[in-house]
Amino acid sequence: MQLKKQRPSIASLLAVASCSLLNQSASASEDDNNWHVDSALLLYSEKDRVDAVEPVISATRSFADESSLTVKVAVDTLTGASPSGATISDVPQTFTRPSGRGEYITSAGELPLDDTFKDSRTAVSVQYEFPLDRRTRISTGLAFSNEYDYTSVALNATVARDYNNKNTTVSAGFAYADDSIEPEGEIPIAFASMAPAGSEQPRDRADDDKTTTDLLVGITQVVNRQTLMQLNYSYSRAEGYLTDPFKILSLVASSSGATLDYLYEQRPEERVKHSIYWKTKYHRLNGDTVDVSYRYLWDDWDISSHTVDFRYRIPFAERHYIEPHLRYYSQDQADFYQQFLVAGSPQPRHASADSRLGSYEGITIGAKYGYRFNEDSEFNLRLEYYEQTGDRAHRAIGVGRNYDLFPDLEAVIVQLGYSFSF
Amino acid sequence: MTRVYVLSLALLLSSCAEWGVEPWERDLLAKPEMQLVTDPLEAGLDDHIYFSKEASSGGASFGGGGCGCN
Repeated sequence: MQLKKQRPSIASLLAVASCSLLNQSASASEDDNNWHVDSALLLYSEKDRVDAVEPVISATRSFADESSLTVKVAVDTLTGASPSGATISDVPQTFTRPSGRGEYITSAGELPLDDTFKDSRTAVSVQYEFPLDRRTRISTGLAFSNEYDYTSVALNATVARDYNNKNTTVSAGFAYADDSIEPEGEIPIAFASMAPAGSEQPRDRADDDKTTTDLLVGITQVVNRQTLMQLNYSYSRAEGYLTDPFKILSLVASSSGATLDYLYEQRPEERVKHSIYWKTKYHRLNGDTVDVSYRYLWDDWDISSHTVDFRYRIPFAERHYIEPHLRYYSQDQADFYQQFLVAGSPQPRHASADSRLGSYEGITIGAKYGYRFNEDSEFNLRLEYYEQTGDRAHRAIGVGRNYDLFPDLEAVIVQLGYSFSF
Repeated sequence: MTRVYVLSLALLLSSCAEWGVEPWERDLLAKPEMQLVTDPLEAGLDDHIYFSKEASSGGASFGGGGCGCN
């Protein structure tokens, strides 16, 4: 394919600048369309566990002064079952529902899953972006989300400035979120025993909250006509109630491994994490584009992770493209993560059996197909498979040795998308 | 340590000056598929999925958050 070299319009130059500066999307619109709408429907389905449906719509209005306003609304509905934190046993296990009013039973040899939760969440956000001068842009926004037992309010601001003939962009951003939780059945007392259904539950208080402060500095660099690079450093500090009120730990006998009790988990009240993120986009002369990124993240819970993401877009037959996607994730466990507690051992200050705090690897593999009606309008379909594989050789005791205490998580991700301008 | 960071940043910025293109060489960079985020809704949905399933989030932007995510 011969590439037509033409002088780009001011609009497309601005689009490039604003996109790289503020991580916002704006396709290189060359006409007078003022509104751009992106819509998507996500279907997420885990084998034997959670199902989620999430429609989302985002509308951006561009103004003559080169500012833009984006409003985004997302609704998600969750059903299914989530691991409670209790370990697998060789006998059936009975658990009290978070409300304290009912119970559920897990068969012998099965991973205990709490099937109580059913939640729907609505999230609304508004983002306003405007030029401060010819080289500087500011983006600022508000976000609000609400679900049955959880509310979050967040704000953010980012400033980005161009250097080197707009080939280098330096940005700095700040975000603050205030979340409050009022869980079904109230907040349990740390390490208290789960009480039988119908009796008085060990509860501490009705609600709690947490705040999160994020800082991000980044540099985006045009390397050459085909290559764009981004490097970010992020800092995030969360304070407050970081425990999951629905998660428990099994207390097992030191020799037989038999479960004796279920205790509510407790996490630290602060978490500081850092990450380095690097991304490169490369446009091959045959028209294909490569999108590769790497993130290293570490925190004061002793968690560290590596994430590699690779996408390769192949356009074909004028309007179509196919984009294979591969993502690899690897995580080291939190220092207070334990698959169970052992009777007779001193009680730790913090402990959680939430598998998301354990050591595991995640693989996502899939592809996206897109059909472009024109520069501003596209239909796409994404199909992906996600799998988490945990540390099977964890220090199992007695009966626990007969089971895989960290069964794989398998999920299918389907996304339909449609974008247009008017 | 701060000095090292400042020095590294200065080095990075000066090496960046060697790179880059003229305004009329932005034909490929201006294409939608060459934007840092080609599909912001997909990026947002992925942030939400991985925030719920992994102990890491953010990095590219202020990703994830705003949910109980059990």
